Amino acid sequence: MIIIGEKISVIAKKVREAMNARDPEPIQELAAAQWKAGAHFIDVNIGPAEENGEDLMKWMVESIQQVVQAPLCLDTTNAAALEAGLQAHNNEWGRPLINSTSNEPDRFVMLEMAAKHNAQCIALTLGKGSLPADAEERCGIAAEIMARAAEYGVPMEDLFLDPLILQVCTMQDQAIHAIKAVKMFQELNDPPMKTVVGLSNVSNGVPKEMRSLIDRVYLTLLMYEGLSAAIMNPLDKDLMDVLKTTDIFLGNTLYAHSYLEM
Amino acid sequence: MSYVIPKESYTGKVLSFDFGKDDRAVTVGGENTLPFLSFEGQQPSRPVIACEIQDCPPDDWPDTVKEAYKDVSGDPVAWARHCQDVLNAKAIALRLLSTHPDRDDRSAEDAAGTVRDVLAAVDVPLVILGSNHIEKDSTVLVAAAEAASGYNCIIGKAQEGNYKTIVAAALAHNHKLIAMSELDINLAKQLNILITQMGFSKEKLITDPMCSALGYGLEYTYSVMERIRLAALAQNDPTMQPPILGDVGMYVWKIKETVAPEADVPEWGTLRERGIAWEAITATAMLLAGTNLLIMRHPAAIETVEKTIDELV
Repeated sequence: MIIIGEKISVIAKKVREAMNARDPEPIQELAAAQWKAGAHFIDVNIGPAEENGEDLMKWMVESIQQVVQAPLCLDTTNAAALEAGLQAHNNEWGRPLINSTSNEPDRFVMLEMAAKHNAQCIALTLGKGSLPADAEERCGIAAEIMARAAEYGVPMEDLFLDPLILQVCTMQDQAIHAIKAVKMFQELNDPPMKTVVGLSNVSNGVPKEMRSLIDRVYLTLLMYEGLSAAIMNPLDKDLMDVLKTTDIFLGNTLYAHSYLEM
Repeated sequence: MSYVIPKESYTGKVLSFDFGKDDRAVTVGGENTLPFLSFEGQQPSRPVIACEIQDCPPDDWPDTVKEAYKDVSGDPVAWARHCQDVLNAKAIALRLLSTHPDRDDRSAEDAAGTVRDVLAAVDVPLVILGSNHIEKDSTVLVAAAEAASGYNCIIGKAQEGNYKTIVAAALAHNHKLIAMSELDINLAKQLNILITQMGFSKEKLITDPMCSALGYGLEYTYSVMERIRLAALAQNDPTMQPPILGDVGMYVWKIKETVAPEADVPEWGTLRERGIAWEAITATAMLLAGTNLLIMRHPAAIETVEKTIDELV
C-alpha cells in the first residue's frame, strides 16, 4: 500500500498560517513526522492559490524536500502553480504525483502536465454533472479519462483512479459503491489499473472520536479489494496498525512478531 | 511468433557487504534478481565458498573428508594455511568446536588465542563460528570478536537465546554477524528486526535460516531461503534483504549416505564419490535458492561447486 500523507493542507489553520507567513518550520515538521511514520508521498495541498500560487508551490516543494527524501503529491487546481511545483520537485527519491485530473474540462490540463513533466497522476472519477451514482458510472468516467490520458501520452501505469469517497454519515450507500469501483477499476486494463482514495472523506461529518475507527474499517475493506494507495493520516497510529495488519493478512508483508514496529 | 522471455523486475535488492582485509576482502550479496537470472537483473558478486576448519581434530568427520585434511587437521594454523595456500580458498570458516561443553569445554580465552593464531597465519577473510551452544557461544564469540578486532570478520551464530551479547561484541569490534534461526521464516525476520533494533546495521547482517542435507529436509531450507529472497525482492522487505548463509558441510557429513561403507550398501556406489557428490549437490541447491555464502568441507566438492558457479554467472 502506498501511503500519501494528507496533513499538509491549506484547510489546516496552522499550515495555512505558515504558508502565508512563508514560515517553513511547521510545514517541515509535519512532513518529516509523516515520512517517519511511513508515508511514501507527502501531499501538498495549497488549494486554488490564486495569488502567488507558483511562488507558493515552488517554496512548499523546496522546503519539504529539504527535510524528507520522498516524492510529493502536488495538490492544487492551479495549473501554473502545479507546473512550478513539478519543476522544483527533486525526482531523485521518486516521481511526483499530481492531485488531480478528472472528467471536468478544466482539469484536462493536469494530464498535459503529467505527460510534459513525467509525473504520475490521480484521476478523480467525477464528471461534469452530478456525483456518480454507483460503481458502474464511476467505471464509465474512468474509461473516458483513460482514453484521454492515452491521447495526452500518459501511460496507464502512471494513472491512479480515484472512485471519489463520500461521507458515510450523509451518503451511506455510496460507501459500498466506491469499494466496488476499486475492484472494477482494476479490470479496466492489463496490468490492472492503480487505485487511490482520499480516505478521511468517509468520516467527514461524523463525531470526532469516531473518525479513526471509521477510517480504519473502511481502509481494510478497500485494501481487500486491491486498493493501491490512500491519501490518509500516517500519524494516526491505530490506522497505521490496521493497515500493517491488513497487509499481513493479504500476504503483502511477511509476518514477524514485531511487524507493527516496522 | 517469436518467443519473448518473460522478465520480472523487482523493487527490492539484496544488501551487500565485504569481509576480510585489503585486497583479500570479498563481497557477498548485492543482486536485484533471483539467483543467476542475469537476463533479468544484476548479480554483482559471485557466491563465495568458505572452506571449513575447526580448532580441534575432526574426529567426528567421516573418513572421506577427514582423509582430505589428514596431514594438517591436528593444528588449526596449519589447516588454515593449507586451505589458503594449497586449496586456494577464497575464505575460511573457523569453527570453535572444542569450546562446546560436550567436547573439550575449552575456555573463551583459549578460543580467542586460536583466532589470533589463525588470523596471524593467513590473510584470506575469516568466518568465526562458535560451537552452536547457546550459553557458551555468548562468551566464546565475545572473546573471539575482540581477538579479531580490526580484521572485519563474520562472526556467529547469533540466535534468539544469545543474540544480545554477540550483537554487542560484533558492534564493538566492527564485524559482520550471522543471525541464525531454525527453519522458520517468520522467526528469521523477527531475529533480524530485534538485532537491528539494538542499533546493529542490517547492512552488516547475514541470515542463516538453517541448512539441511539432501534427503534430510533440504526442501525446507530451500523453501525458506527462496521465500526470504522473494520477500527481499518482490515485497521490498528491508528486514529480509541481508545476504543468506548456507552452512552446508556440517549437515552433509553426518548423514548415512556420506558414512555408510560400500560393503553395507554396494548398490550406492563408491563411498568417496557419494559423499562428495552429496555435499556438492546440497550446496548447489542452496545456491539456486539464493545463498550468497557457503561453508563447505571437502575440497573436491568445493571445486565442483566453483565450476558450477563459473557456468551460472
